[in-house]
Amino acid sequence: MIARRIRRAVSNFGFALAILALISPAILFFLWMLSLSLKTEVDNMAFPPVFIPNTITFDNFIDVFRKNDFVRYGINSIIVSFSATGIALLLGVPAGFGIAKSKATRSAALIMIARVTPGLSYLIPLFLIFQWLELTGTLTPLVITHVVITLPIVVWVMIGFFEGLPAELEEAALVDGATIWQAFRYVALPLARPGITVATILAFIFSWNNFIFGVVLAGRTTRTLPVAIYNVLTFEQVSWGPLAAAALIVTAPVLVLTLLMQKEIVAGLTAGGVKGG
Amino acid sequence: MSLSLTVTRAVASRRARTRNYARNYWPFVIPAGIVVAAIIVLPWAFTLFMSVHEWRIGSDLEFVGLANYRHMLTDERFLWSIVRTLYFTVLATLLPMVLGIAAAVCFHRRFPLRGLARTIFIMPMMATPVAVALVWTMMFHPQLGVLNYLLTSAGLPPFAWSYSAATVIPTLVMVETWQWTPLVMLIVLGGLASLPEEPYEAARLDGASAWQMFRHISLPLVWPHIIVALVIRAIDAIKAFDTIFVISNGGPGTASETMNIYLYLQAFSYYNMGYASAIVVVFFVLILMVSLVLFSVRQKSA
Repeated sequence: MIARRIRRAVSNFGFALAILALISPAILFFLWMLSLSLKTEVDNMAFPPVFIPNTITFDNFIDVFRKNDFVRYGINSIIVSFSATGIALLLGVPAGFGIAKSKATRSAALIMIARVTPGLSYLIPLFLIFQWLELTGTLTPLVITHVVITLPIVVWVMIGFFEGLPAELEEAALVDGATIWQAFRYVALPLARPGITVATILAFIFSWNNFIFGVVLAGRTTRTLPVAIYNVLTFEQVSWGPLAAAALIVTAPVLVLTLLMQKEIVAGLTAGGVKGG
Repeated sequence: MSLSLTVTRAVASRRARTRNYARNYWPFVIPAGIVVAAIIVLPWAFTLFMSVHEWRIGSDLEFVGLANYRHMLTDERFLWSIVRTLYFTVLATLLPMVLGIAAAVCFHRRFPLRGLARTIFIMPMMATPVAVALVWTMMFHPQLGVLNYLLTSAGLPPFAWSYSAATVIPTLVMVETWQWTPLVMLIVLGGLASLPEEPYEAARLDGASAWQMFRHISLPLVWPHIIVALVIRAIDAIKAFDTIFVISNGGPGTASETMNIYLYLQAFSYYNMGYASAIVVVFFVLILMVSLVLFSVRQKSA
């Protein structure tokens, strides 16, 4: 009896260690990132490294905003990600409904090809087209290319959700004389609200994180945040504190969103295996 | 997941054909269809067109037939980039698969604070890849980096990380594994969660061990999910760009120059748009081949 209890305690302890081993790489990494961003330059360049800051300073964060036009890059990021997500929702939610209801397998396969295609392969033709249209240097090319990421995510998540909805409700509406549009607008759409939330969050995050489109298409004034921090590295040379602070500023919105919306994010990612780029 | 869903959808659509309302729904799809055609299909056609042309900024478009494709066969830098891509892809697929499956088994069990632990575990894949890559770069610094400090204080020799040709790809694989193991975990966890309880109860009555239950019940049943995770991971590994671009930028020398990085250089550093387009076509064919091979594996085992 006691032997069994001991064995169970040992196995539980082993399991706790396994979980700790699984999550510690993430915890240690983000703690180190935070530590770098809160330390003075002296502490950051010290060897052996200083783990817990001797003095906590916010100078690095102030530096990021003073030396660079980070506010503008932030606004660029917000405009691009919100527009690309909005456009994707506007087009993708009805499309997901149409594909789910008409069981149009082939169009679903097309979406899948968009998931497989490397981002660079869109960039060469679109880069040339934008040059000919003289759109480079504005945010328009960025918004358009980000739709390449957001639209497949939205369509994919929405197909899954509309397929999961019971067909009886809409059929009842149709029998009562509603048009298909009304059945969509007043029956299916309100029911699919959780799906729309999932699609919005995922599309927004993957648009926010995107780097490859911005690094090619953005000019000096149209950089998004990921492009901007990359340029901080290359042009200002290694000054660790401000760099870590900038990295934290860029990724903080996404991390906070992940913490707040973890259930939706997990549901969406599990069902779709989506990832942009 | 996407591919497997497509297959089940194909089956479902055959069944539903008897009462087909399909035509009524096309107006819902058309706007998205037009946009997809404009920003996804049109660029593809354009890439094919460009791949048989020579074009540099400031000069005219010139038809060169298959010259771009023939050039690839003799372009050693390109051929090496394929080798490196495969090397990177094999490692950056297998490691996250093994760890991801193990993690899924752990997270499938109920324990206190499971939700929080799972959220922390998926943080690396949600965080902005460029931001993460920059912090890794600081950690890899040979003299001042925290990783070499930890190694030397544990009595181990320092490691060159991304600063030496021999170690750069394993280092990038480590970052990729850290970042994308969570996606494998989530897909496999989704599979485990959908399994029925009965086989386990029966096995427990027969006195099966935890490992036996995993090996003979869980593994065969979640196999389709594992294959889907494998395909997604392999494709993402072939396409890996942000991490490599920021941490090593293909270097030192060309030691970590994968196809995607080489493609980027040809297109946007040397502005060889024709040649780069031809590489895109080959790259895409490679990706399709890998997905097809992995799926035939699935067909055979299922």
